[in-house]
Parts: sequence; structure tokens; C-alpha cells
Amino acid sequence: MKIINLEIQAVRDLNQALHDQSIKCNEREWEVLCPKGQHNIACGLDQSLTIDIKGHAGYYCAGMNKKAHITVHGNVGQGVAENMMSGTVRVKGDASQAAGATAHGGLLVVEGNAGARCGISMKGVDIVVKGNVGHMSCFMGQAGSLVVCGDAGDALGDSLYETHIYVKGEVKSLGADCIKKEMRDEHISELTELLNRAGVDENPTEFKRYGSARQLYNFKVDNASAY
Amino acid sequence: MCGIVGLYLKNPALESQLGELFSPMLIAMSERGPDSAGFAIYGDEVNNDFIKLTLRHPNECYDWEAVATSLKLHMDVAVDWFQNSNVSVFKIQASAAVAQQFIDKHYPEILILSAGQSIEILKEVGLPEHIANTFNLKNMKGSHIIGHTRMATESAVTMEGSHPFSTGMDLCLVHNGSLSNHNRLRQELKREGVKFETDNDSEVAAGYLTHRLQQGDSLNEALDNALKDLDGFFTFTIGTRNGFAVLRDPIACKPAVMAETDDYVAIASEYQALSSLPGIDNARVWEPEPATIYAWERNT
Repeated sequence: MKIINLEIQAVRDLNQALHDQSIKCNEREWEVLCPKGQHNIACGLDQSLTIDIKGHAGYYCAGMNKKAHITVHGNVGQGVAENMMSGTVRVKGDASQAAGATAHGGLLVVEGNAGARCGISMKGVDIVVKGNVGHMSCFMGQAGSLVVCGDAGDALGDSLYETHIYVKGEVKSLGADCIKKEMRDEHISELTELLNRAGVDENPTEFKRYGSARQLYNFKVDNASAY
Repeated sequence: MCGIVGLYLKNPALESQLGELFSPMLIAMSERGPDSAGFAIYGDEVNNDFIKLTLRHPNECYDWEAVATSLKLHMDVAVDWFQNSNVSVFKIQASAAVAQQFIDKHYPEILILSAGQSIEILKEVGLPEHIANTFNLKNMKGSHIIGHTRMATESAVTMEGSHPFSTGMDLCLVHNGSLSNHNRLRQELKREGVKFETDNDSEVAAGYLTHRLQQGDSLNEALDNALKDLDGFFTFTIGTRNGFAVLRDPIACKPAVMAETDDYVAIASEYQALSSLPGIDNARVWEPEPATIYAWERNT
């Protein structure tokens, strides 16, 4: 296992060492010490690595991740796993706003709470949050799933496309074109699998499903007089 | 972009280290605000029959002794003062209004940065580290302190446009964000008699709070009204004589993170600025909710 102490080495050096693994992989396991809230830790990886970040990370941690499995043993700032393509990112603490923004694939697990705009414009990632999510979560979510074991803030799923949303707790309010939907067998199976992948012990039948009413997809001729 | 930092000591034993603990916090936010920096420190309180003014003159060799002598002669009151770079702190045995009128009338070239029993505001153009060194922040003592590092977006890079802004007796404001209705609001506040030095949007927020407080609002009421009347993005930290308050707008685009231990409560725009605090690894760290007032006050 390779250990990098960010009190001694720069984030840029860490990221370069991790990027080098995509060309020739000679070290699969990495540990990052003393992150102290620095930004852009473990960004842009493209190799099946296991990385443990021991402490709180700053903005865009594990952004653009491909294949790697990254665990943050602390909190993260905004934009964790933004634009992730594949792999796994696990946050043991809380995540600030825009967790998993625009991410195309992979799995993001937040064991604490996630802030505002969690999963904004998500395009295929699966996000499982053990705690609560903030307002405007899943705004313009296009694909993938968001699972919230706690409560959701205002305007959940505003202007939603085809992201599946499952919430166990209270939803403060739903955003435009987001509605509560029936929980059918295929959704129970999907949620069961998501919870299993995330290692979260919850009963899928206690969740409610939310999705797009699909009323904002096309221009409505009835509204023509408004222009 | 700007940086906000604040530190409120719950443990009085740490008061002698306030500047030492706070200085790295301010400097850590240099990337968010390299234009100018400033801080409001609370401590070294004067008695109720005294007023403490922080006065500034651009010339470091300004004859402050003459100002003190003149105050003593004309007003026949006790005056104590000390100089720190181009700023002097005057402790005058008079009411705030009388002391400020005297300075305004006889020394119009002097700018009053703050007034109160406890507050001292120090700010300047330049890198945060430079400002911390200029005012010898590391060796300062006190109960609590809030600071700001500025990256100007809407108005000029000047000392007058830098934060904190005084918003009344022992009150001040630092702001990260931008207000979109500040021109209209400035006009309305001017009609109400509020004076402005700059075109800065944050100064309007400060003027707004000053006005609301003068109208009889409590700090909580003034901040509640700010949520209705201020349009735009903001994370505010408001310094008070006994503590500080934090407020984010309902959209909460501008970052804030808080930490609390048995010894202190701290706020910063980014966790990086908190990482130098003792015991931070075991602190409760959280993000303040949008449109929610957080306040810490010590009992007096």
C-alpha cells in the first residue's frame, strides 16, 4: 500500500501519481493522510484503485472518477464525485452541495447528510444517502437513481427527466413536474439492489418513489397565448 | 468570490490566543480573497461611560496625540488611546454620538471604522497575510473575532470597500456573495438618512441592517427582514458585542461550514480555514442550513 501525506506532498503530486497508474498500474491500494479540506483530491482517475482518504476533503473530491473505489473517512465539500463515470465513492461523513453533480455512472454513497442540489443534472449515477438531502436535489436529473434514507428538502426533483428517486422520510416539497409514483415490484427490486450495493440496512418497502410527470418534456400548444 | 472566517471562544482561557488561532484561518482564505482583508475583534471592553472608536488616517505618521489632546481640552473628558499601523483605537469618556460628532467636525480627514464598547475593526487593501502582519493580528487578545478576505466583483478594490462594515454600536457585517437589488435599496436607505461611502453592494447590506436595528428591530428580526428585502446571494456573518450570527440566503450558493467544540465555535467559507484549529478532528462540523439564523452569544 502506498501512503501519501498531503502535509508533505502537494495534491497535484498525489493526482499525478494516481493518473500514472492508468498507464502502468503497479500499486492498487493508496492511503491519503492529512487532507485538511484541500480541494480536488483524487480527481480524474482512470484505473481500478482503492483509495482511502483519512480526514475531511474539500471541493470536487473524486471528481470525474472512472473505475476507482474512493472512501473519504470524513466530510467532503461541494461537488464530490461530480461527473463520475464509473467506480465507487463513499463518504463516511457529510457531503456539501452538488454531490454527484452531472455524474454519468458508478455509485456514490454518503453515510451522513448531503447538502443542497444533491445529484443535480445526474445522468446515470446511482446515489445512496443514509441521512438527509438538501433543497433542489435531483434538479433536472436525467438518469440513474437517488436513494434518500432520511428526509429531502424543498423542491425535490424539480424539472426531472428520468431519474428514479426513492425517499424513506419526509419530502418537504416536490419541485415542478415531480410527482409521487406507485412503488411496483420492479422498483422494490431495484431499490433492494441499490441498498445492497451501498451496504445500507433499510427495508425497501418503507420507501416512497418519486418521478417525472413528464409534463415539461414538450412545448404545450395550450401555452402559446402566453408568448 | 470572498472568504469569511469567524471564531468565538467558549473557553475564556483561550482569549489570550485569539489572534494566534485566528491568523492562520484568515490567511487560509487568501485564494478566495486576495484583494483586501479585514477583521473585527471584540475584547478589551471599556466601561459604559466610555466609547471605543477605531479611527483611521492613511498617513501612518499622523499626529494622533494632537487629536487626543484636543479631545481632552475641548470636551474635558478622559481619553486613552493607542496606535496600530495607520489606525488608532481611542477610548473616550463620552457618549458615542458626542465623540463621533467631535471627530467628524474637527477631524473630517479621519475615518471612523467602528464604535462601541468592545469592537475594533481593522482592514486594508492587500493580501490577508500582509494585513495580518501589518496589524500584528497574531498577538491580539479577545473573546471573538470575524474576518473577511475580498475578491472584488462589483466595485473598486479600496479600503472603504473592504469588510467588515460597521453596522452600529459593536456591530459589524462581513458578506460573501452579491446582491442584485442594491442600487434600489441604497436609494431607499439614503432617503431614510443612511449614509454610504462606496458603490459596494455589501455596504448596502450593512446599511440595511443598521437602519433596521435603528428602527427597533432585534438582531434576529433585522436578519429575518433581510431575508425578505435583500435579493441576491449571501452568506453573512454578523459580529455582536457578545458573539456572532451567521445567515445564508435561501438558495445557499455561497459556502459556509461551521465547527464546534467545548472550547469554541468557528465559521469559515471552506473547511481548509478551520483545519488549523486545535481539536478540529473531533469537532462537530456541519454546513449551516439556508435561510436559518445561527447565533452564539455569551452571557454578560
